[in-house]
Amino acid sequence: MRPKMTYKLLKRALSTSSYRSRPQVCIVGAGPAGFYAAMHLTKKLESVNIDILEKLPVPFGLIRYGVAPDHPEVKNVINQFTKVAQQPNVNFYGNITLGKDVHLHQLRQHYDAVLLSYGAEEDKTLGIENEDATNVVAARRFVGWYNGLPCDKDFKVDLSGRTAVILGQGNVALDVARILLMPIDELKKTDITEHALSALSESKLKEVYLVGRRGPLQVAFTIKELREQLKLKNCRTIWNEKDFIGVEKIVPDLPRPRKRLTELMLKSLNENQTVTDDDQIKYFKPVFFRSPNKFLVDKNNQLTGIELTCTKLVGDKLEEQRCVPTEEKDVINCDLAFRSIGYKSVQADKDLILKHGVVENNKGIVEDSAGLGKLYVAGWLGTGPVGVILHTMGNAFQVAKVMLENLNSIDSYNKGGFTEIKKIISENNSNVIDWGGWEKIDKYEKEQGKLKGKPREKVCSVEKMIEIAQK
Amino acid sequence: MFQTALKRLLVLQKIKPYQAPVSSQIRKIHVTPNLRHGEYEWQDPKSEDEVVNITYVDKDGNRIKVRGKVGDNVMYLAHRHDIPMEGACEASLACTTCHVYVPPDYFDKLPSSEEKEDDLLDMAPFLKENSRLGCQITLTKDLEGMEVQLPKATRNFYVDGHKPKPH
Repeated sequence: MRPKMTYKLLKRALSTSSYRSRPQVCIVGAGPAGFYAAMHLTKKLESVNIDILEKLPVPFGLIRYGVAPDHPEVKNVINQFTKVAQQPNVNFYGNITLGKDVHLHQLRQHYDAVLLSYGAEEDKTLGIENEDATNVVAARRFVGWYNGLPCDKDFKVDLSGRTAVILGQGNVALDVARILLMPIDELKKTDITEHALSALSESKLKEVYLVGRRGPLQVAFTIKELREQLKLKNCRTIWNEKDFIGVEKIVPDLPRPRKRLTELMLKSLNENQTVTDDDQIKYFKPVFFRSPNKFLVDKNNQLTGIELTCTKLVGDKLEEQRCVPTEEKDVINCDLAFRSIGYKSVQADKDLILKHGVVENNKGIVEDSAGLGKLYVAGWLGTGPVGVILHTMGNAFQVAKVMLENLNSIDSYNKGGFTEIKKIISENNSNVIDWGGWEKIDKYEKEQGKLKGKPREKVCSVEKMIEIAQK
Repeated sequence: MFQTALKRLLVLQKIKPYQAPVSSQIRKIHVTPNLRHGEYEWQDPKSEDEVVNITYVDKDGNRIKVRGKVGDNVMYLAHRHDIPMEGACEASLACTTCHVYVPPDYFDKLPSSEEKEDDLLDMAPFLKENSRLGCQITLTKDLEGMEVQLPKATRNFYVDGHKPKPH
């Protein structure tokens, strides 16, 4: 006890007053929400110390592991986040898992404010019969696999069949469809992982269905993604004409985004809808008003098809229409099915309470306990997994603003921050990766990519990342 | 008089061929290697003829007057003057973080938006008739006196208790 105390006193005596008087902020999760919050805090607070903790050895979360490889422009925001991380009062500490290496109450004990922004990493399940069948896979894992997420690097997807069905009609569903249907030569130029590229180049898939419970007027994907899909080389989009009955006359009354999106669908519907014998052509087939009822399997639990319940919409107002099942059933025979109906957050720490997949909060504030640093939440962990980067940015800025007000009202700052956390962590994890470590990984990946004519070849194993970072 | 006219002509000549490639470059910025990261906006106008005065109105209603110049990109110019306009994708038409409103009289003077910009604007919260992306507006003499307004908030409903709809 004695030497430890002396050390503490000595440290306190040696540390400069400016360090001592700084608010200590901890951000858990180095994705867009965490970085945008850090950006706001550093801009508005002259003196603050921010430590960004991340489970993986590498930063950027969904920018790196969610954004599709053929959307490099979306990833430009990494440059801004890098500038934030390079500020002297911002630290990145990778390879630290909340709930395992360090606990929430410990973070709250040693920081003035703790912001949780670790996102939503688990996929929602349908909860229907035979969902465990071979070849029923989570779109989330497929995305993680082609983007090089370490935990999905060994994910297996069988692309030897002719037909795949994607259940869900959001932008993730469209990303999956596009990656499956895109000419392989175009994918080669992206930073898609080599293992995905090689599997996709062997793909025998000829058609991809995109199934949704509701109608064309309720789709969740956005026009940019649909337009890309419609423009794909050697791919034809086949709509079900019946799904569009009555749609045209509603179009003029729709709000602009919905209107333009619907017009694009109608335009495509009126284009070439014929199926040809051409071997080169693949088909994209959106199907509306179908709700999955059960997966059909053979005796080896291998997927053979999906039984769907036909649905209809009830309610007068378009925005408030609900989807109800009808008596009618339909079957799509298929070899592969992707579940793409949304994500939910995981409970990273036992002290956290999640409700409906999000941490409950009031304007970003989770709770306030005497003696402990305030707890906040930003990004998908607090809002649910919806919206594009702009929404996450807006949310992160607003939560940061609330944090700012609270931090300014603290009289004296005396939290130890990472100095204390490091002691806790080093008990069972000595491989903390800092920004310098990430820069080495980044450089290595770019070099590897260059050899293959790609912008980057991601390192997909945590061990390898650590090895490179510690060289 | 003649000299001023000549000077102006020269300036115009200088500007003209320059301006055209700028706007077309910006449109295709994701394929061109000549991506400008806002360095140009940090150069002061070389002469009064270049000056374009515009005003940014931030989300709290504060008016910030800025002395820009012909060829300046409204988003990068905002960055130079610490106006809280983001630019996540660096003017590559992949996000909507630089969403602004342009008053109708100036809106009509802008080259009309391309499909790609419109597609992105469709995703922007608080979309209005006069919405544009700041990164797609290049200053010209015609835009002297323009006021661009930043949206009140970039969708505050999540923190205000809005329950997002599931996909």
